[in-house]
Amino acid sequence: MLMHAPAPGPPSADKRWRIVEAAMRRNGNAGHALIETLHSVQQSFGYIDDDAMRYVAASLRLPLSKVYGVATFYHFFTLKPAGKHTCVVCMGTACYIKGAPQLLDEIRGKYAIKPGQTTEDGQLSVLQARCLGACGLAPAVVFDGQVAGRVNQEQMKTRLTELLSPKAAKA
Amino acid sequence: MTPEELGKLAAKEQKARSACKHRVNVCCAAGCASMNSDKIKDDLQSAIKEKGIADQVQVRSVGCMGLCAAGPLVSIESEGKSVMYKGVTDGDVSEVVESLEGKPIERLNLPTDMPFFARQEKIVLENCGVIDPERIEDYIAVGGYAALIKALTEMTPAGVVGEITRSGLRGRGGAGYPTGLKWGTVAKSPAREGRKYIVCNADEGDPGAFMDRSVLESDPHRVLEGMAIAAYAVGATHGFLYVRAEYPLAIKRLKRAISQAQKIGVLGANILSTTFSFNLEIRLGAGAFVCGEETALIASIEGNRGQPRPRPPYPAEFGLWGCPTLINNVETFANIAPIVDRGFRWFASIGTDKSKGTKVFALAGKIENTGLVEVPMGIKLRDIIEDIGGGIPDGGKFKAVQTGGPSGGCIPKQYMDMPIDYESVKEAGSIMGSGGMIVMDESSSMVDVAKYFMEFCKSESCGKCVPCRVGTAQMYDLLEKIHKGEGASDDLAMLESLCELVSQTSLCGLGQTAPNPVLSTLRYFRHEYLELLRDGQKELAAAGADKGKDGAV
Repeated sequence: MLMHAPAPGPPSADKRWRIVEAAMRRNGNAGHALIETLHSVQQSFGYIDDDAMRYVAASLRLPLSKVYGVATFYHFFTLKPAGKHTCVVCMGTACYIKGAPQLLDEIRGKYAIKPGQTTEDGQLSVLQARCLGACGLAPAVVFDGQVAGRVNQEQMKTRLTELLSPKAAKA
Repeated sequence: MTPEELGKLAAKEQKARSACKHRVNVCCAAGCASMNSDKIKDDLQSAIKEKGIADQVQVRSVGCMGLCAAGPLVSIESEGKSVMYKGVTDGDVSEVVESLEGKPIERLNLPTDMPFFARQEKIVLENCGVIDPERIEDYIAVGGYAALIKALTEMTPAGVVGEITRSGLRGRGGAGYPTGLKWGTVAKSPAREGRKYIVCNADEGDPGAFMDRSVLESDPHRVLEGMAIAAYAVGATHGFLYVRAEYPLAIKRLKRAISQAQKIGVLGANILSTTFSFNLEIRLGAGAFVCGEETALIASIEGNRGQPRPRPPYPAEFGLWGCPTLINNVETFANIAPIVDRGFRWFASIGTDKSKGTKVFALAGKIENTGLVEVPMGIKLRDIIEDIGGGIPDGGKFKAVQTGGPSGGCIPKQYMDMPIDYESVKEAGSIMGSGGMIVMDESSSMVDVAKYFMEFCKSESCGKCVPCRVGTAQMYDLLEKIHKGEGASDDLAMLESLCELVSQTSLCGLGQTAPNPVLSTLRYFRHEYLELLRDGQKELAAAGADKGKDGAV
């Protein structure tokens, strides 16, 4: 890659790129701003795609391989768009011994997806968290950003049905 | 702001406080917040306004009160008396407001003299659940930043290092390295291009540990003050707080705290009108457990993959961008202000001979009172589990407690009367770790627990060194084979030899300690492995004959 080419503009006219630009500028467009920048991409777009990585690499003057390496090294970054709804099951030790694996089985049985996957219709993504730090509420599940504590299989079923019903989509 | 002005601010805040007849504190830390305590606080506020007593009652959101199992928690202080309510819901709001002038509500009452509260000794958590974490004035009113003033105006940097050394404080991140010694090394190391750094390790990655999160959410200024004192002591001018991105509330409160502290002049240039300057930035982690290891953490702050490098040179001499760097854990920094404020003798009088002060533990798993506790070092395990923790729910029987996360081990019931300090826990085959305590009852399979942690280490291995990358995967496969009942005694022997190999030859702490959960469960619960082996009956019978001799089965 050309190291001294002028930094290119963002991949599209999407206004959200300005947030990414601001994050890079705040750190003087230095290479060490890479993780901060990837955070801002993910926060703005929900995931980090190839175009974003190319743009960040060129702007921070880093090899694309390094940007790809960092983006795939950290679990928090995702390179695929998430489904419309997300369900994060905590698999921390406390949740594990209080039945979190059974909750994942429940999802696998009903929606045929494993952690990290999205249903074919793009409605639901299931993720597993290392530990939410909500061990007092074990097992904990986050439905669309809302933490629910002491979830059993029955509640899991109801919450997911509610989440995916057309009524919830409207609200 | 000068120290005098800060004193005036504290006095003003205290006066405003005592003018209120009732102070209603609602816990708004992550546990209670997930049960809608924010809404309860708003409802309480509007109900009080409606009743026309808003000038006598102060409603505030405060940090973690500890007993997460009984949330949402509300505490009311009125004229020296205090009541605590558990499990408060929207429907209870009007009753709570009524009770301000009458009798406490029996139904919701949580006795504050119960062992859970009475047996604790709070230093790190003393402000948690007492002050509003989003207001710096609240922190100043309870004596906040007084230690920083004392350090800057009355003590030399070497004096501060000496104070911390003599207090006997040891790193609360898990390894227990003497804090004063670390500070002394950084202080002595010559700055590189005029730079030294302070880093706060808030990448609390152990599953089952939430102490640091609670401290950051409930009392963020305490950590900032500790870092500022450390910067003064070692001669640093810049610091980083490396926080997990998974803790959005903690990040929000830290950001707010930093900007408040800058505004008031206890962070930034010429702190408290002295020549000392210290700037602080937040860096977000991105979900890599290995970044809790100090050299990996440094790599991550520098924008690289979080891969460790061999030590020495230690970060104290060659850290962030090659400059001397002091890295301490959240809880360690939270201990600094009280030590400087009250003196090393006071701190050294708490705890045991080699482990001074207190330790915060996160109690979770099969235990009645899940939540956050702070106890003096040297307390018996039994006191934590049975007295403070309230024992095992649903008539279950205690089997083991897991400490130290994936680097630790399981401590069985014969160690119930062991004092909790760095050395004793290590002797029992685990480590103190950052403070997660996960209680397991008879229904937990120890082979499954070992497999769980190995899966964790396998997936969190950064891949840099072969023993860890390949070894954890091999050990996981063996554990899965045994767990499925397909293993033979050869597999167990192979597992044991791999444990030794990986712990001896890995580059960093992650690999070196990855075998610990397997080793400790093998040490105390070998029969559970043998029972699952195809040909384990013979050894099992032999072990059965020895039963009771070593108390291992």
